[in-house]
Amino acid sequence: MGKIKVVHYVNQFFAGIGGEEKADQTPFKQDGTMPIGAQIEKAMQAINADVEIVGTVVCGDSYFNENLETAKAAVLDMIKSYEPDLFIAGPAFNAGRYGVACGTITTEVQEVLGIPVLTGMYKENPGADMYKNKVYVVPTKDSAAGARDAIKKMAPLAVKLATGAEIEASCVDNYMPNGIRKNFFETKRGSERAVEMMIKKLAGKEFVTEFPMPDFDRVDPNPAVKDMAHARVALVTSGGVVPKGNPDHIESSSASKYGEYSIAEFDDLTSETHETAHGGYDPVYCNQDSDRVLPVDVMREFEKAGRIGKLHEYFYTTTGNGTAVLNAVAFAKEFSQKLVAAGVDAVVLTST
Amino acid sequence: MKLELGYIKISDIQLSNESKVENGVLYVNPEDIINLIKEDENIATVAVDVARPGESVRITPVKDVIEPRVKVEGPGSIFPGVIGKVNRVGEGRTHVLKGAAVVTTGRIVGFQEGIIDMSGEGAKYTPFSQTMNLVVTCEPVDGLRPHEHEKAIRFAGLKTAVFLGELGRNVEPDEVETFETLNVKEGIEKYPNLPRVAYVQMLQSQGLMHDTYVYGVDAKRTLSTIIMPTEVMDGAILSGNCVSSCDKNTTYHHLNNPVIADLFKAHGKTLNFAGMIITNENVYLADKERSSDWAAKLCQYLGVDGAIVSQEGFGNPDTDLIMNAKKIETVGVKTVIITDEYAGRDGKSQSLADADPLANAVVTGGNANMVIHLPKMDKVIGHINFVDTIAGGFDGSLHEDGTIEAELQIITGATNELGFNKLSAR
Repeated sequence: MGKIKVVHYVNQFFAGIGGEEKADQTPFKQDGTMPIGAQIEKAMQAINADVEIVGTVVCGDSYFNENLETAKAAVLDMIKSYEPDLFIAGPAFNAGRYGVACGTITTEVQEVLGIPVLTGMYKENPGADMYKNKVYVVPTKDSAAGARDAIKKMAPLAVKLATGAEIEASCVDNYMPNGIRKNFFETKRGSERAVEMMIKKLAGKEFVTEFPMPDFDRVDPNPAVKDMAHARVALVTSGGVVPKGNPDHIESSSASKYGEYSIAEFDDLTSETHETAHGGYDPVYCNQDSDRVLPVDVMREFEKAGRIGKLHEYFYTTTGNGTAVLNAVAFAKEFSQKLVAAGVDAVVLTST
Repeated sequence: MKLELGYIKISDIQLSNESKVENGVLYVNPEDIINLIKEDENIATVAVDVARPGESVRITPVKDVIEPRVKVEGPGSIFPGVIGKVNRVGEGRTHVLKGAAVVTTGRIVGFQEGIIDMSGEGAKYTPFSQTMNLVVTCEPVDGLRPHEHEKAIRFAGLKTAVFLGELGRNVEPDEVETFETLNVKEGIEKYPNLPRVAYVQMLQSQGLMHDTYVYGVDAKRTLSTIIMPTEVMDGAILSGNCVSSCDKNTTYHHLNNPVIADLFKAHGKTLNFAGMIITNENVYLADKERSSDWAAKLCQYLGVDGAIVSQEGFGNPDTDLIMNAKKIETVGVKTVIITDEYAGRDGKSQSLADADPLANAVVTGGNANMVIHLPKMDKVIGHINFVDTIAGGFDGSLHEDGTIEAELQIITGATNELGFNKLSAR
């Protein structure tokens, strides 16, 4: 790889034009670096000599935020003109409009130009929450007094991004957690970390959880079905019931697919006809009689007795064991449409 | 209650015509092991191998890993209520063949699983690439039912470990470490100014291949109770599980529980390790409610300031974990929980199946869905043909050239939730 060309974005203040009174500065570009860019360049060169900030694009914070579309387009054109390999914006510290501008423009450059991008700001800068899951955002102190520290963190990550090196976990490569969990090796084993965390927690000192609790997507139940006697009811399971032999090779854990199978011919599932693919529970009882997980026998009795209208011809099945929630959501989005299209009124969803 | 552990450091295992420990080498006569295991009429064939760190060897599917130990002073014997009589253990002196392990493998029982690679990428993730392993491959007689099959292989491993441990009875240990748990009153008097911390160990008890035994009692039939940490060092808790082996505790893990070890290290300095509670992870909601109620009640009764809670497994037990954290916090005891994650291969999904804001101090053993690539090994002990169907494997995991592409959860002990490893995630 030849010289790594970098374009840097700063606001009016870091371009040396002025403070708030110059925040309406329209976008312009200048070859080479501004002072803070020179420091970033120097820090990157200390890691990889073949890096150069070829141009700096400047825009006033008010102008950018008040003329978002035109400013974005103008700034993007200027960046593009340098044909950079990497784009860096900021760091913005705790300057709110600057942070939002840095987040907006890095996201735009990443999407439109398809090159790696990086910015930095204080964790409470509104731009952080808006963009940390979209682009790499390095956490900085809340004022420019923290520039040296910010550059020390940004430069190595910038070089990694520019050279296509694998980006490691957020705490290793110093970016804000971005919703993508990555494995890495700590210096101490987990039990020792737990004891240390406990001592801090007991002493009322600050501690950092290794996994912040997520906000759960809770689904409210639909209103009750009023007329079950005429309802078409389908069976869906995450208990891994499949036709004997698991024809679609649904995984025993971490399912990447679901199955759709007809039960039109069955009044009762037996060890001859069905089994479970699920590796997360004792499979013996389900393999003996899969009605225990997918109650076809009882549903047929209900159907005959007129307690439900009709048992839907197909059932949908996957393995819940270790399956990523996003996979499960994708499966359900797809087969829910099929259920709706088939006129299904209600679903009995069994888990294990 | 006071226990001395005498570590006899084992630098190699050699197959030999005499079983003995000499100059740090464990010599094993395979016939001794074969005869011992074949006492069980449910086992048809037994093979004995040695796997050493750095060798191009893959062991799969792994049933259990067990450290050889022998009780040389004090009441009871190793694996009380299972191999030894049910007498209480945890006092006196126990010898440990440190650096050696028994690994059991053989034909599949349902979804029996786990890979131990002695070298290459996979070796980084399993602690058992660092031990000298005596690998016992057991095949059952035809027609043996799954539950009996699991029990037969479980006992084969335990008996082998006890046999090997016995070889260290009269060997002078290289190092002796002492562990002592004071009773509640003595502890408070001795360390009046230190915060009192309990360890709450959750035991896997979801059913076949997901079971744990305490003094021979199936953990799913137990109520949450108090156990002495030194009892655990003598084999009071042992493993009957190996499904999704990345975060199941082998018997080796129980014997060497790192939470116990690290709480003892801090004991008398930064905290007072006040006691240990065990609680199960049954599949029924009523059991989950009862067991977590009791775990919290015992923490409250002991009057501890904090509790470290370790999980075993994932998904269904996430609900037990969160119930424990929530209820223990609610009775005024601060918690740190140890878990692992299933965030999807891309790391973008939520990591646990349950969550609560009170569980605000979490240690993680890493994302088990991460995809890893394992090189071909020159030698496979066990059966390679289950790789596609065991947890972490998928259709096409095992390539024709012997390499494997699979999720990290396929590796025995990779994301252990006792905090045995350094692997983590952010």
